[in-house]
Amino acid sequence: MSDISSRSEGRPAAPRLTLADVVPAVPRPLVDVVGLVAGIAWFAVAASALALEDVGDWPRTPTFAAAAGLLAAGFIAVALASRWLGAPSRWLDRAGLWLIVLGLFFTLWQLASAKLGWVPLPFFPPPQALLEVYLDDFPRLGESILASVKLQLWGYSIGAVAGFLTGVSIGWSQRAAYWVHPVLRFIGPLPAGAWLPIAFFAFPSSWSAGIFLIALATGFPVTVLTWSGILSVNPAYYDVARTLGARSRFLVLKVAIPAALPHVFVGLFMALGTSFSVLVVAELLGVKAGLGFYMQAAQGWGDYANLYAALLVLALICSGAVSLLFAARDRFLSWQKDLVTW
Amino acid sequence: MVTATIQTPEAPRVAGASLDIEDVSHGFELDGTVLEVLDDVSLHVAPGEFVALLGPSGCGKSTLLRLIAGLEPPTRGRLAEAGRPIAGPNPSRVVVFQDPTLFPWRTVRRNVAVGPEAQGTLKQSQQRIDEALALVGLSKFAKAYPHQLSGGMAQRVALARALVNDPDVLILDEPLGKLDSLTRITMQAELVSLWRREGFTAILVTHDVEEALFLANRVIVFSDRPAHVKADIPVDLPYPRHRGDPRLAELRRQVLGLLGLDADW
Ligand SMILES: Nc1ncnc2c1ncn2[C@@H]1O[C@H](COP(=O)(O)OP(=O)(O)OP(=O)(O)O)[C@@H](O)[C@H]1O
Ligand SMILES: [Mg+2]
Repeated sequence: MSDISSRSEGRPAAPRLTLADVVPAVPRPLVDVVGLVAGIAWFAVAASALALEDVGDWPRTPTFAAAAGLLAAGFIAVALASRWLGAPSRWLDRAGLWLIVLGLFFTLWQLASAKLGWVPLPFFPPPQALLEVYLDDFPRLGESILASVKLQLWGYSIGAVAGFLTGVSIGWSQRAAYWVHPVLRFIGPLPAGAWLPIAFFAFPSSWSAGIFLIALATGFPVTVLTWSGILSVNPAYYDVARTLGARSRFLVLKVAIPAALPHVFVGLFMALGTSFSVLVVAELLGVKAGLGFYMQAAQGWGDYANLYAALLVLALICSGAVSLLFAARDRFLSWQKDLVTW
Repeated sequence: MVTATIQTPEAPRVAGASLDIEDVSHGFELDGTVLEVLDDVSLHVAPGEFVALLGPSGCGKSTLLRLIAGLEPPTRGRLAEAGRPIAGPNPSRVVVFQDPTLFPWRTVRRNVAVGPEAQGTLKQSQQRIDEALALVGLSKFAKAYPHQLSGGMAQRVALARALVNDPDVLILDEPLGKLDSLTRITMQAELVSLWRREGFTAILVTHDVEEALFLANRVIVFSDRPAHVKADIPVDLPYPRHRGDPRLAELRRQVLGLLGLDADW
């Protein structure tokens, strides 16, 4: 069995050929040209911020220009020293084209908004206005972020756990299915937002109402997918386990649930999307804290820069949550082949 | 290799259990009608005997094995192991199914460990597990996942998973069907020496007449569905057997005749 021994250590990694394995290595160029262009593009961002007078009052314009200039200098330094640098120059190599496009975008944005006034103000503030929000309104923004994350975490966790347990019980027990299935069919498809008006007076606080709504939006997809996962477990697994002495506890915990786990994760992903939309709606309409509330207030006061700043943060949080869930899935389902990479 | 070290010294290995299958009939409900699969099958297997079951595809061999395993009760008739009625699955009767059916979320080693884990003897069984893996030649794949194995390797893991339980009755449903002919011959020899060493009772379903004759004390030939015992042929040849033995060739002709392949074979 010597021919296979090389695969024996640990979990043999699937051979993943990249272009670099097939194409012979070209000697690295003296400087990273794309990185250089990216640096120039970011100098353009700094220059555009400094060169002309602002059409409005944005005290953070010099800070913004300095930050852009620093980035530009960093890119150029890495590009020039690319032969000696490892990770940073590889990163610049990969991100270079994006950095160029972003640099052009920021330059254009700067000119169109702060300098030439091509876009209607105050609806489309310049980038330094957003920077100002992050630097000067951080306490309020940070508080909102914390509130949103807390609400989302509680609601999603409660919904996911409840959905998982419900799904397992109705997948396993006929009696549980008899009672829960009709309720699930009737109530489940109702959008969680429809509960909003009731939730806000039925619950002692808008915060608990928000948790309820998010948990509801999470629970339904997780329940249904867990349930279908349990039902679609290959019955031969149970036969094998039973002939080896397994009792129901083992069958549920060590056969049914692991076998259903891929389905459960599909449910968790679906639930993540719906729960975020419920989070934002709940905060826009009733919960007196969080990013949704912050955005609502910003719009009311006409602080459009705050609105965009909060939106950006929200996007980061949602995308981070999806990444986390993917990481969890990769850990739990590492035994599966062909996982989608995120 | 599984050696004598597996057995605890104070409890010398008891030879396999006897099996009594008496007047067993079985049918499946299909669209309101009953599909009769087993028709009054009676079979007595002595402790430590190696019995091969042969029969046309779909006649009911796997169904009979499921009844012996205790996974289903028979429609009519009685089954007993060592005189005790079979009421449900028990790790003293372990099945190697036609399909390896490994748990894809468990590594090879943890697949082999399922029996001890389910019976709550995992701690004491670590060495046995390693020995069972070594026996099927997969020690180096202990940490691999099933999707990283070839079909034959998966089948060998299934065999190790059964053997680790030290069964009284080993039930084998075409366990070598998916192996290439070379591995197959090696595994047949391994199976014989294992059986002779451990003394369990073996029930083997196979489509391969030569395999049946090479391995078994007795070959049972079943009829078409619903299956009944068509012939019960003793194979009184000493072990280890040789494939070229003229007496095997004669028996082979006889069995093929019973399976409907006459004359020119
Ligand atoms: N759970 C079931 N429900 C209905 N019919 C079944 C079921 N299991 C088996 N059968 C039927 O019983 C018959 C015998 O099946 P079985 O699997 O025992 O055949 P077999 O002799 O093992 O065949 P093969 O050699 O091809 O594996 C088949 O016709 C099959 O369709
Ligand atoms: Mg079969």
